[in-house]
This record gives sequence, structure tokens and C-alpha cells, in this order.
Amino acid sequence: MYERDGKKYFVFESHTAHWDGSPANQANRYGEGFINCFYDFHRNLSPTEWVWPLEKFQKFPVEVLHSELFDRGYADKAVLQTVNLWDFYHQGFSTADRHGAIAEAYPGDFLVNGAFDPRAGEPGLDKLEAEHERWNFQGVKLYTASWYGESKGYSLSDPWSYRYLAKSQELGIRNIHVHKGPTVYPLNKDAFDVADVDDAATAFPELRFIIEHVGMPRIEDFCWIATQETNVYGGLSVLMPFLHARPKYFGQVLSELLFFLGEDRLTFGSDFPLWHPKWLIEKFFDFEMPEDVVADYGITLTDEARRKIVGLNAAALYDIEVPAECRLPETETAEADAVVGAEPVSPVAVA
Amino acid sequence: MRSEQTIDSETRLWHALASVLDPELDRPITELEFVTEARISEAGVRVRLRLPTYFCAPNFAFMMVADAYDAARGVVGDGTYIDVALLDHFASEQINSGVAAQNGFGDAFGHEALDELVELRAVFRRKAHTASVDRVARALLRGGSDLDELHGVRLGDIAESEDLERLRRRRDELGLPRGPGALLLLDDRGRPVDRDGVENHLRFARSVRVSAEWNRGFCQSLLHTRYDEPATPQAS
Repeated sequence: MYERDGKKYFVFESHTAHWDGSPANQANRYGEGFINCFYDFHRNLSPTEWVWPLEKFQKFPVEVLHSELFDRGYADKAVLQTVNLWDFYHQGFSTADRHGAIAEAYPGDFLVNGAFDPRAGEPGLDKLEAEHERWNFQGVKLYTASWYGESKGYSLSDPWSYRYLAKSQELGIRNIHVHKGPTVYPLNKDAFDVADVDDAATAFPELRFIIEHVGMPRIEDFCWIATQETNVYGGLSVLMPFLHARPKYFGQVLSELLFFLGEDRLTFGSDFPLWHPKWLIEKFFDFEMPEDVVADYGITLTDEARRKIVGLNAAALYDIEVPAECRLPETETAEADAVVGAEPVSPVAVA
Repeated sequence: MRSEQTIDSETRLWHALASVLDPELDRPITELEFVTEARISEAGVRVRLRLPTYFCAPNFAFMMVADAYDAARGVVGDGTYIDVALLDHFASEQINSGVAAQNGFGDAFGHEALDELVELRAVFRRKAHTASVDRVARALLRGGSDLDELHGVRLGDIAESEDLERLRRRRDELGLPRGPGALLLLDDRGRPVDRDGVENHLRFARSVRVSAEWNRGFCQSLLHTRYDEPATPQAS
């Protein structure tokens, strides 16, 4: 819960994990390169006082995960996003089983998301079902640009992807988080391609596709897909730290997202421990859209929009009941900021 | 002993490398500080490159290394040994040996990759063009032009600027009209934008430009974080 000026805001952490990137777990140079890459992102965009030593960043205690997110980081709920990387790490990077154990250790605080790779074929479907049976996923995290044997990547609209999405829907796994963002992975050209989201979202209108990192660096392609597909959402981790590093860029990109998706389909994530939610949330509430950006887009960042982004939107995706004092006022009407010049491309979707 | 000739050749080498663009960031690799070494000696040409992350896309990386090789070849001609290498990248070995053997990306990484680079270059040239349109259009809008005027404005009507010059160069690359009579608002296939489509065209162009600028800023600062200090150019 974040409090400011007498108001309370429900905080839903939609992107975090507990990982083991330590040298002991690194299976090869890819494992080493992967965590070091993350560490560069961490160092590059964090205020100096928030930078961790490499050793801690590679592997930190579960207690630290919980206290940083919930005691310092204002979280009311957090989703642990599973990232296996069996080829890089002996015991996997951040696995469903380890996440599940953490969720059980802190009842009510964490949700666990699974992960699948459609190239695993039929056995993978069974595994998904079994893991869901054990951990009760409401979502999964996918990396379409990962290498798998000879394959350099897959598309969400491949036949096997559709089998897995259909299975997910059948099991009640409704939130499909797809990594479409900066490269931290061996990848092919398709990593940057968000077009497959379009097809999958159309084919599965009951599922929600949360595109993590908002397709960076293809945010323009992402925006143009998401404006038409009302079940496509933008996950803001990786954009958030620019509040500190380059607030002007933050303002411009957020304006693009608000323009094309509206305030109901954007979700806050810190990607902790990459960036710490305490400073992200505080700076997000401090942030004022630069005047020239407002003049350009005709969009200001309202209190209601902030409230939705840091908690209400994701709480709705995960069926989390939000305390009364954190909800929108009953008399809330649709935003109608004065627009200079541009009209929205299409009606803003209401979640 | 470095002769005048060597120094002169290294300057030409540096300028040749400056013609190599990061296809995504649309800036010269020299300006981006990706070039850490560019030397000519009796042994031949030696160029060393680096990137913001260990996992930067191997296809982009390959393109840059291959283009750097071609740039160097243009300076020294056939017969001189050229050693171009990318450092600190997960696919360094494959890329470096692939380029050295003058193989394509496909041979270095598998046949399915081969066609992508041609297409990928085209994608980025189109994006660079679109971002250029945004920059020129927005200057006109700031100057008081309205959408009707933008719809009909031709390149010859527009005051000279770096942005306009860059737009013309992008049009050259794509084989699109670039003379004084050419419309500003052409799509990337060279078709005039309908008056109805002007707003959307400009919105998309703005998104492309914002996206590219964000990406460029991110990559440049990541590079500095990774290497702690800017590269020292070996040639001025």
C-alpha cells in the first residue's frame, strides 16, 4: 500500500522473481553473460544508492525478496514470474517449484506464474497441466525469442503455440505475459517482432496478453497492435526506471502508451531486483509530465491513471479484491482531458 | 614507425567506419563508441568492435561487423589482410569467423538466417525514413503549418535543415522520390498519403521516432555502464 496526501493506493507488483544466477548455478558462459547483462541494466538505471553488489544480485535470500517488496516496496501483492533457462543454469534460473515454495512460506502475499515452451510438444502440455495442478497458476511467462535445440525462436501464432494457449485457457490460466523487450537472450530477428501477438490475441479473446517491456524497442509496433486488440496489455517494467534515468523519455513513451492503449491496460512491474519498487513508486507519484510533452500529446498523468497503473489494472487481471479505500471513487467518469490537436486513434478500451 | 601514409590511411579507415551505421540506432558505429580500435600496420588492418550488451541481437551484430569489414576493404583494397572482430559478445566467435571467411550470416548461423539480413536492413531503412518524416513534419507544425498544408507540401517548399537532408538520404536508400517536387508525406513505398490518413501517418511517425530515440539513449548509456568509460579512438 502506498500512501500520499491522505490517499491510499493498492500496489500490485506484476513482475518480479527469485532467482539463482550465482556462479555455482551457471552452467556455461551464457548463464554468466545473462546475469551480468541483467546486472548492467540494474547498475545503469538505478540511482547510485540503490545499486547492489554483484554477488548479492546473483543470489539473495528469500527473506530479502519479501522484505524489500512488501516492507519497503509498498507491495500488497506480487507475482513471481518463472524463467527456467535450463540450458544456462544447472537448477534453472527462477523455477515454478522454488517460486511455489516461496508463495507457501508467505501465505497471501505471492502469486506464482508458470512458464511453457510450445516446442516441448505433447509432453510439455502434460507438464503444464501437472504444474498448474500443483501451483494453481493464473498466468504464465513466455519468451518467444529463446533458442530451443535447432530452433531460434517461435511465434505465438504457431500451431503448437495455439495448442498451449488453448490448454492454458482450459486450465483457467488467463494471463499470458510475453517478454518482448530488450535482448538478454540469444535470439533471432523474431525477438523484436510483436506481430504474433496480434494473431494470438485475436484467436484467444478470452485470454489477456500482457506484453512485458511494451515491446521495446518496437514500441511503435506494439502500440499499433495494442490499440486494436482490447485484450492486449502493456507491462511497464524496463520503462519505469527511466523515471530516474531520463524522465523526458519516460514521459514521451508513457504518453504514447496512454494515447494508444489508455490508462486501463498498463501494468506496473519493477522487475525487482533489477529495479527497486520503493524508488520507482515514489518517483512515479512525484512525476509530472513535461510541458512540451503535454502540448504534443494532450495527455496528463492523472491521479486515477496512476492508481490504475500501480494496482487496479493488474488486480483485475488476477481477481484480487482491492480494499474499498483504494478503489476508484464511485462517481468516476471516463477521462476527458482537453486535447490539443490529436484525437485518440480509436476509443480507449475499458477493462 | 608510423609514416604519414599510415596516419592518412587510418584517418580514411576511421571515416570509412563512420559510414557503418548501427541498423537499429541509425547512427555511425564510431559516434556510438562501438569502435575501440582501428589500426593499420604492416600486418594489415585491425578493427575491434564492442556492443552495449553480451546479448545484443546477433544479426545486427553480424551486419555491423560485416559492414565494418567491407568499409575497411574499401580503404585498403584487395590483398591487405583485414582483421575485424567483435568483443565480449555471446556469438563473437561465430560472427568473427563468419565474417573473416566472408560467409553470410546464414552460413555462420544456419541457413534460415540468411534472408533475414536483407529484409532486416530494409525494415530499418524504412523506420529511419519514417522517423525523418516526423522530424521534418513537426518542425513545420511548430512553424504554424496545418495538416492540409502538410498534406500538400513538397520537399522544395521546405527550408533547408539537417533533418531534411537526412530525409533525402533515406529516400535515396529506399529509391523514393527526393527531388524538390516530391511530396513530404509519402509512405515508405512512395505512395502519397491521403488527406484522411495524414493524422495517423504522423502519429505513427512520431511513435517510430520516440521509440528510436529511447532505444538509442538506452543503448548508449548501457555501453558506458558496461565499459565504465568511453572508447579512446585510435584514429582522429
